[in-house]
Amino acid sequence: MGLPNRTKRSRLYDRAAAVLMGVLARLSGLIVIVIAAGLFWKSVPILKNQSLSALLFSSEWYPLRGQFGFLPFIMGSLWVTGTAMILAVPLCLLTAIYLAEYAPRGIREGMRPLIDLLAGIPSVVYGVWGVLVVVPWVKRAAGWFGYSTSGYCVLSAGIVLAVMIFPVIIHMTVEILRAVPQEIREASLSLGATQWQTIKKVVLRKAFGGVLAAIVLGLSRAFGETIAVLMVAGNAVRSPTGFLDAAYPLPALIANNYGEMMSIPLYDSAMMLACLILLGIVLVFNVLAKLVLMRIQKEIQ
Amino acid sequence: MNQPHIRVENLNVYYGSDHSLRDVSIELPGRQIIAVIGPSGCGKTTFLKSLNRMVELAEGARVTGRVLVDGEDIYSPTAEVTAIRKKMGLLSQTPRPLPMSIYENVAYGPRIHGLNDRRKLDEIVEFRLRQVGLWEEVKDRLGQPASRISIGQQQRLCLARGLAVEPEIILADEPTSALDPMSSRRIEECFLELKKDYTIVIVTHILRQARRLADYAAFFYCGRLVEHGPAARMFENPTQRETIEYVKGIIS
Repeated sequence: MGLPNRTKRSRLYDRAAAVLMGVLARLSGLIVIVIAAGLFWKSVPILKNQSLSALLFSSEWYPLRGQFGFLPFIMGSLWVTGTAMILAVPLCLLTAIYLAEYAPRGIREGMRPLIDLLAGIPSVVYGVWGVLVVVPWVKRAAGWFGYSTSGYCVLSAGIVLAVMIFPVIIHMTVEILRAVPQEIREASLSLGATQWQTIKKVVLRKAFGGVLAAIVLGLSRAFGETIAVLMVAGNAVRSPTGFLDAAYPLPALIANNYGEMMSIPLYDSAMMLACLILLGIVLVFNVLAKLVLMRIQKEIQ
Repeated sequence: MNQPHIRVENLNVYYGSDHSLRDVSIELPGRQIIAVIGPSGCGKTTFLKSLNRMVELAEGARVTGRVLVDGEDIYSPTAEVTAIRKKMGLLSQTPRPLPMSIYENVAYGPRIHGLNDRRKLDEIVEFRLRQVGLWEEVKDRLGQPASRISIGQQQRLCLARGLAVEPEIILADEPTSALDPMSSRRIEECFLELKKDYTIVIVTHILRQARRLADYAAFFYCGRLVEHGPAARMFENPTQRETIEYVKGIIS
């Protein structure tokens, strides 16, 4: 009798599993650094040729003459993402607040999978929807107000992007609001506060950090989105000056040109720099959000 | 015995298909400490929460019957729920300070009811914090987050926060169960002081606490109100079998 002695083997497995998982965990953290380093290394030729500030703040984009001013693309990205955020944030917050605080369970549980499904639609489908529906609509609507536009513009891209990031922000915000302890709501309500006062002054305050994180996640997503934006933004190399101007965001620039310009000197390196700028801006947003979060948490637990 | 402050008539509470409170009728006297006692899950907390309509916040909760506070039915369709809740301060099991400073916690209630005069708010904050014996301990750090003070202090802060909206009734749901003995005693001392001006309904599973504090006691068992009466009689001469067994410590 007695159980078979497998301790030696299982201990080996245990060790192996721990090592394997440790390596994988470290690798995934390392990937960001490796990518950034790789992009930087590939960008060195153009950085040696021209100063960084000239590259970032010049609007002269004439690759054949060796002039690579990224400002129009950076501005294009900021305009398009900014528009998307202006549209998405209020709508998402109100939707999430309704779902988390007001909606009966049936509606909440029924709506959530539908909203999550939005996240599963391939971005090229959003692009097609943008071209077929949003662009003509924006063109017509602008006409009513006496503006003329092709419809391929900042506003169209912003609308498409906003819909794309709805599920990201809504899903996360609902989770965060649901995680706020019920007793805190009760404490406020028992003082005679209305539900809206309670949400505004207590629940959202408590959840502020998480909501901010959800918004930044949506922002990062919008900033990097390529195909859908490329299809509706118009892609004209000029800094937009309004919502109805065409824009040429960074990801669209990279996707449109990478691989087709090897004969032009430094073009390859310029594209790598564009990637690095994109990565850099997203990182800056994330770091800023983190800093705000740390400050807030110090102030109000 | 003075005028009944709260009158409960045929109160039933259901959570979904669960019949949690069965046909409860009781008159609660004013300006006394009323202890609601009974084993866990007997409906004590549900009873307490039905007194300020907090019970309705639970998903699928349904209430029948009447609860009259100062003669007004709080479940009538015309009753203003925020006004009802303002009349009653609630103290929960674990202290839940709002996510803001010590000062703002106390000022929160007056602010939501429209008071914004800084001088008056300062007065209220000081007065209420003194009332619960917290002023000397926190007066130099009113701007700090309320979560930084000790749990016992947090519970007294929550009491001060409730008092700041000038309630008539204080509802307390096992308010000392998360506290150390010293902090518990301070809360009890506050209650004994406050009963001069307020009606205090306290749910407790600590019999000794009920004996120390209560003027009146109500015993719940399995969702039913088994027996109620002046505390002295309830603890010395209970008449119902369940009450006798509970008071003697046979069931708990």
